[in-house]
Amino acid sequence: MSSLFTPKFDRRSLIKGAAAIGALQVASPFIIKARGDTPIRIGMVDPLTGVYAATAGNEVMGAKLAVEHINAKGGILGRHVELLVEDSANDVGTGVQKARKLIERDQVNFMIGDVNSGIAAAISQVTNEKKVLHVVSGGHTDSITGKDCKWNVFRVCNTTRMEANSVSNVLFKKYGKKWHFITPDYAFGHTLYDACTDDLKKLGGTVTGNELTPLGTADFAAFLIKARAANPDVLILLVQGSDMINCLKQVVQFGLNKQIHVAGTQQELESLAGLPPEARIGVWMFEWYWKQPGVAGVDKFVADIRKMNNGNVPTARHWFGYTSAMTFALVANAQKTTDAVKLAAALENFELPADVKLQPNKVYYRKGDHQLMTSAFVGEAQSKGKDDPEDLFRVDEIIPGDKTAPAVSETGCNVRWPA
Amino acid sequence: MWQLLLFNITNGLIVGAFYVLMALGLSLILNLSNVINFAHGGFLVIGGYVAYALTPYVGFWGALLLAPPLTAIIGIVVERVLIRPLYGRDPLYSLLLTFGLAFMIEDGTRFIFGAQGKPVAIPAFLSTPLSNDLFFITGYRLFMVAMVIVAIALLFILLRYTRLGIRIRAGVLDLETVAALGINVGMLRTLNFAVGIFLAGLSGVLAAGQLGLDPTMGTGLLMPSFIAIIVGGIGSLPGTLVGGLLIGVASGITAVFFPAASEAVIYVMMAVILLIRPRGLFGEEGMLT
Amino acid sequence: MKATAQLKATAHLNTTQSRKLIVLVAIWAALLLAPYWMVPLGGYTALATRVLVLGLAAMSLNFLLGFTGVLSFGHAAWFGLGAYGAGLTLKYLALSTPLAVLAGILLGGLCGAILGLLLVRRRGVYFAMVTIAFGQVFYYIAFQWSSLTGGDDGLRGFARQPLDFGLFKIDILTNATAFYYFVLFCFALAVGAMAFILRSPFGRTMIAIRENERRARFLGIPIERHIWIAFSLSCFFVSFAGALYALTNNFADPRGLHYSQSGDFVMMAVMGGMRSFWGPLLGAAVFVVLQDYLSSITVNWMSFVGLLFVLVVLFFPRGLLGFFQRSKA
Repeated sequence: MSSLFTPKFDRRSLIKGAAAIGALQVASPFIIKARGDTPIRIGMVDPLTGVYAATAGNEVMGAKLAVEHINAKGGILGRHVELLVEDSANDVGTGVQKARKLIERDQVNFMIGDVNSGIAAAISQVTNEKKVLHVVSGGHTDSITGKDCKWNVFRVCNTTRMEANSVSNVLFKKYGKKWHFITPDYAFGHTLYDACTDDLKKLGGTVTGNELTPLGTADFAAFLIKARAANPDVLILLVQGSDMINCLKQVVQFGLNKQIHVAGTQQELESLAGLPPEARIGVWMFEWYWKQPGVAGVDKFVADIRKMNNGNVPTARHWFGYTSAMTFALVANAQKTTDAVKLAAALENFELPADVKLQPNKVYYRKGDHQLMTSAFVGEAQSKGKDDPEDLFRVDEIIPGDKTAPAVSETGCNVRWPA
Repeated sequence: MWQLLLFNITNGLIVGAFYVLMALGLSLILNLSNVINFAHGGFLVIGGYVAYALTPYVGFWGALLLAPPLTAIIGIVVERVLIRPLYGRDPLYSLLLTFGLAFMIEDGTRFIFGAQGKPVAIPAFLSTPLSNDLFFITGYRLFMVAMVIVAIALLFILLRYTRLGIRIRAGVLDLETVAALGINVGMLRTLNFAVGIFLAGLSGVLAAGQLGLDPTMGTGLLMPSFIAIIVGGIGSLPGTLVGGLLIGVASGITAVFFPAASEAVIYVMMAVILLIRPRGLFGEEGMLT
Repeated sequence: MKATAQLKATAHLNTTQSRKLIVLVAIWAALLLAPYWMVPLGGYTALATRVLVLGLAAMSLNFLLGFTGVLSFGHAAWFGLGAYGAGLTLKYLALSTPLAVLAGILLGGLCGAILGLLLVRRRGVYFAMVTIAFGQVFYYIAFQWSSLTGGDDGLRGFARQPLDFGLFKIDILTNATAFYYFVLFCFALAVGAMAFILRSPFGRTMIAIRENERRARFLGIPIERHIWIAFSLSCFFVSFAGALYALTNNFADPRGLHYSQSGDFVMMAVMGGMRSFWGPLLGAAVFVVLQDYLSSITVNWMSFVGLLFVLVVLFFPRGLLGFFQRSKA
């Protein structure tokens, strides 16, 4: 059968064209430039493609802003700072490979990453092996500052224990003692569920059931049917990202929020923004929120991010990326070295200054587990802010990190330093 | 307990209806052209985003009307430029090409619209559930089922009574003879592909109301469509219909007893069917062996 | 006359043979010296290791696809099982790298062989679909059985152990170059076995089946048994690659079992050239290096990789090596 459409070009011309384009690109990125005044390099591995692309992209943006600020103030130890960003594509093999690339080929001094907890943990094995200071910006699994903690790894975002502890009291007092859970079926979900149920039992409440939902579930009706049948006081949604959007959307469409209170632990501005206004409901905690009137440095940060972000406000993810990069600059400039072991030691109990912590309470890296004691912003989602269309969360309480975090002895962390 | 089961079966039928819509489009393309369209999920995403882009101008109903045909037009372009050279070759190649195409669509939509999910609102009167007990049957889900029924009816009419439909059915049975009869087979394939993509686009618009709209939403919906076709039988559209409903119900029932396996069960079903009755429930022996 | 013609024929034969030998030597020279010529070009040793591992996987798939004519789109399942086998061994059983590799090979290979018994009755697209189905079943098992496999977070907490030969140790844990040569050694073993099988009567039969199954059947060749053996061997080889992959990352995760990983392997084989033995290695090299390079310079690397798929299928269906072979003729 002859084809109606005969391509005008054939294989030969395609190859010629490709060769021409290739020659134009020149192999220069492959060839390392001569070492002059070597800049300080911060490597960042994040899943810029895949389901976490939105949050990862925001973390990278925050880090880029930080690097701008660092360089404006003279860099690290007088040297210019470069941010090298690599895509882990939400795949462990790729993440590990990129981490090795950044360390072996690009000789980065510091590492940030990953949003995906599993990849963050895998990368931390590499950074530990290569003795590179590593800040985990967005991976929440407890073991990173728990039983798998390492001397060179520090984490900015909350642990699941911290998140559960921050909301449990409020929910119990406000809504009631019978809780039903919708839990995403992976480590983050399981540990979050365990943390919440521990708190609930201590307060004297009961668990009416736990629906384990596969990651990427599109239709939550089956689980919501079971939840409704169990007749709880509160429906606790532990799902995140697109699962949160699907679930909450369906909860509201089914009118469940009129029959049961809806709440959860971690909530993100990215999720609320992806929901139609009538679905922005529930009591949650945020890890950082942009509208903090009167708190030092916040307005400037919001303005700076707006310029980079099409006028949109920063989310907690922007703040994670920003803080991670700034941490390196602050501690390296204070200690006047880039030696990982010395800096790691200096970071223990290191307090973040006002223009980096961007919140009212004291914020510091705890010595025992290298976890940043950052505050929990507890409040309620709202469909639209009074003054600002992006004000989708009403902050009721800002609880300091060392109040929500369990004691170091309970985390299972035992930091082993190199000999 | 029985109420739970009944509810879940009903819900499974609703979910299954959606799978049917996707799977029918895929099936049409597979039957006539022997092309395994791994990019079908991508076209669903395109449909959703086109609807999202149009809604501020023409509202929800306008977007529902316009997005599927626009998606079908994009499908026609893709078919002529990319798929046409692959006819007559091993199906491996169309599988690989559409696989790559799916990458491009996901990345393309991310590039144009951003990775951030987009809020899609549906008309308020559709949002209310039937009753407090039957809360999971909202106006929107009933509307979705209604749209699927309308689409199936229109497809049936198209295939049974229009010239194009008759030619497509003849082509599925024996394309060579159809060509020998002087019918423009290239155009036939293009139009068939367009119908399939129209259904994908429609699925996308409907899905956007139910789920969050983001570039990755197509991938999770693609595999169930394949499975619906295999379970129902390759080459049989009624089979695809039954297959889609069956896997929806199976998934719903599993969610009651063993929720973690509610997605895995459809793969087990496919494996079982392929081993004991490979032509599927309604399929004919020998298709695509 | 006849004598000269015969002489010319022998001379021509020697030229082909010597050309093949030169190509073989060139390939092995490039592989042996990779850590040295890659780095100045902006590569890094871990990249070369990854190319070897994925190249082995693609070649294993091609053992089935290119030489027997059977398309499996679920080979990532055995790859992933090999990875988990190696990881679980190192984590729970014994701190021995060779044992881990062996365990990985056995786990993936045996599962593939057993399931292969059920699969070989089907062909064509059906076969491909069944392999996808089984692949996904294993993916979900790895995902759900989180107490054993770590679920979505993956299996970690193990690391490849230095090789202890009693008299001396080879540190493949911290020395990337040493590890590369270890992987190259394993690669050589596997590839040698593959080549040996392909040259044997069994291998010739496989090619006969590929060329014309019906005729082979008429010749009395037990088709299903041969396909089963070819399938099983291919599973053992790809599990080997999987075990090495786990050692490379010190990690095993469910995504290694997903059908998109299988798709990557098929693409590598097609891109390099399905009909040639070394084709898939070349395909893997191009794919891995391109993906690595592109994802560093642009966030939209997926579009380019997808475009590559499309262009290869449309313009280079016989792959790079197929293209070169044709242009010589």
